[in-house]
Amino acid sequence: MTIKDEIKKVRDNVYEIPGTYNKKMRASGRFYIADEYFDDLEEGAIEQIINIACLPGVQRYSIGLPDIHFGYGFPIGGVAAFSMRNGIVSPGGVGFDINCGVRLIKSNLTMDDIEGHIDELSEKLFKNIPSGVGSKGKIRLEEGEIDNVLDNGAEWAVENGYGWPEDLEVLEENGKMVDADSSIVSDKAKKRGIPQLGSLGSGNHFLEIQEVEEIFNEEVAEVFGLKKGMIVVMVHSGSRGCGHQVCSDYLRIMDKAYKKYKIQLDDRQLACAPLDSKEAQNYIQAMAAAANYAWANRQMMTHWIRETFEDVLGKSAKDMEMDIVYDVAHNIVKMENHKVYNREEDLLVHRKGATRAFGPGREEVPEKYRAVGQPVLIPGTMGTASYVLHGTEKAMEETFGSTAHGAGRILSRSKAKKDYDADEITKDLESKGIKIKATSKHVIEEEAPWAYKDVDSVVRVSDSTGIAKLVAKLKPIAVCKG
Amino acid sequence: MKSYEYFEATADIGFKAYGKDLNEAFENASMAMFNIITDTCDVEPKTEISFEIASEDYVSLLYDYLEELLFHHEVDFMLFSEFNVKIDENLNLKATIKGEGINWDKHERKTEIKAITFHKMEVVQTDGVKLRAIVDL
Repeated sequence: MTIKDEIKKVRDNVYEIPGTYNKKMRASGRFYIADEYFDDLEEGAIEQIINIACLPGVQRYSIGLPDIHFGYGFPIGGVAAFSMRNGIVSPGGVGFDINCGVRLIKSNLTMDDIEGHIDELSEKLFKNIPSGVGSKGKIRLEEGEIDNVLDNGAEWAVENGYGWPEDLEVLEENGKMVDADSSIVSDKAKKRGIPQLGSLGSGNHFLEIQEVEEIFNEEVAEVFGLKKGMIVVMVHSGSRGCGHQVCSDYLRIMDKAYKKYKIQLDDRQLACAPLDSKEAQNYIQAMAAAANYAWANRQMMTHWIRETFEDVLGKSAKDMEMDIVYDVAHNIVKMENHKVYNREEDLLVHRKGATRAFGPGREEVPEKYRAVGQPVLIPGTMGTASYVLHGTEKAMEETFGSTAHGAGRILSRSKAKKDYDADEITKDLESKGIKIKATSKHVIEEEAPWAYKDVDSVVRVSDSTGIAKLVAKLKPIAVCKG
Repeated sequence: MKSYEYFEATADIGFKAYGKDLNEAFENASMAMFNIITDTCDVEPKTEISFEIASEDYVSLLYDYLEELLFHHEVDFMLFSEFNVKIDENLNLKATIKGEGINWDKHERKTEIKAITFHKMEVVQTDGVKLRAIVDL
């Protein structure tokens, strides 16, 4: 008998590990995964879903989303919610790149407007937005200014001339978590954050010019301001060294805390602390500060993207209607109200490699989208499509208002490097009409599209299970990679 | 005997480092780490940085040490190619590391390391020392 024999199919693409699987489980496990991928599902990731279902105060289901894969302690592509009364918080449930997320900027441009300028646009975007290992942002923060970034997020950026005040209305949390407290963030995290503010990062992070290739839901697309043939820009980036350091700091703190509070763990990387402890409260405030850093970072990049388009196309960003569609976090922990067995409860929701997918009516969703549910942005990998979906009532009922966040790696980087050649990948993409700019050949090989799960399938499962519904497909035109 | 070697971890990369004692194994782990970021052959040991750390056990010491290296790489904007580590029996570590400022025209640009993980991290002291670590990319 393997674990998989114990898993029951609930309906198409939805599976359950009963809470009776082992005595320590306090909730059941749930997977939203393509039926055809079930056999390939890593046992390690299943074990992680079970481990999380054993944590104090866990509610209803420990959830694996269509892009789930093995992570450190918590899987990537997972959601877990804990009671505010007897639950815990765990930095491993958020991950190293706090508020790694995705932003989508629209325009009134079409392919005809940019056709002769694609090379120049990608060259200049690549130049104006620093990326790659060992890259510094272009700005120098004044002494102490990092605290304002951490406390105020995208609001700081707008106040300092990066973008428009109305941008803030269409960011998750309005780009500023009010719980943030910069005084809790270590000097080390601040020092790593200062030089990197306003930089994209590397690895799977990217900046991409895309074209809306297909609309699946005209009505919702109209509400989101999207239409077929529209040129859009997607940014995938996070909190850089600042967030990585906050996570590392608190992994060490929680490693001591869980022993102190006598929490039984099957894996040290699930290190956590009871919500009413000092350690937990400090982590939540520091995490919020790092999340704000990421929103400020994406806001600054938005400004430079607009400037670059203005420079190349000779029109103002306002004239080109380069408004933000939305900005989502996919590594974050937040207090939210959810229905648990017909009772409204305040819960602490951990999303690691998961996108919030709040359905219609939620007050957290910007007013102009509230009737249809929030925009859900799911980035593809280099050279593959990205998608816009909308949040649903089903997600509220089943997944604490969450859905998948991307493709999910299946091949290791070294295997990808061995199997693929940067020049061939570049040529292959160019033959499909996709331009690529990268800081090194290594990143092109490591990020080869075939090293990832098929994003189309991930999105299809989200859609067919109802934990987000398809709105639009975005096709890449030019990619900048760190 | 090899001083270090890499192994695969789905989204990331792991390494094992060896040495006749803790000091040498930690030094080799440093080389393994910086050869993920760049090719250390091109990094001249021009500038020296010294630091001290203390931890509660050997695994935590390895974690804290590698974190400290990453911190200096990012904050001082440097690459390193020479490492001198002294660990005493009370888990105090003194390190002197040498390298130079990053110059991507000269140094090969490989992969950014986001963080050190505790995943499968190991310090084994039998017949020499063997270390294992996985870094988040």
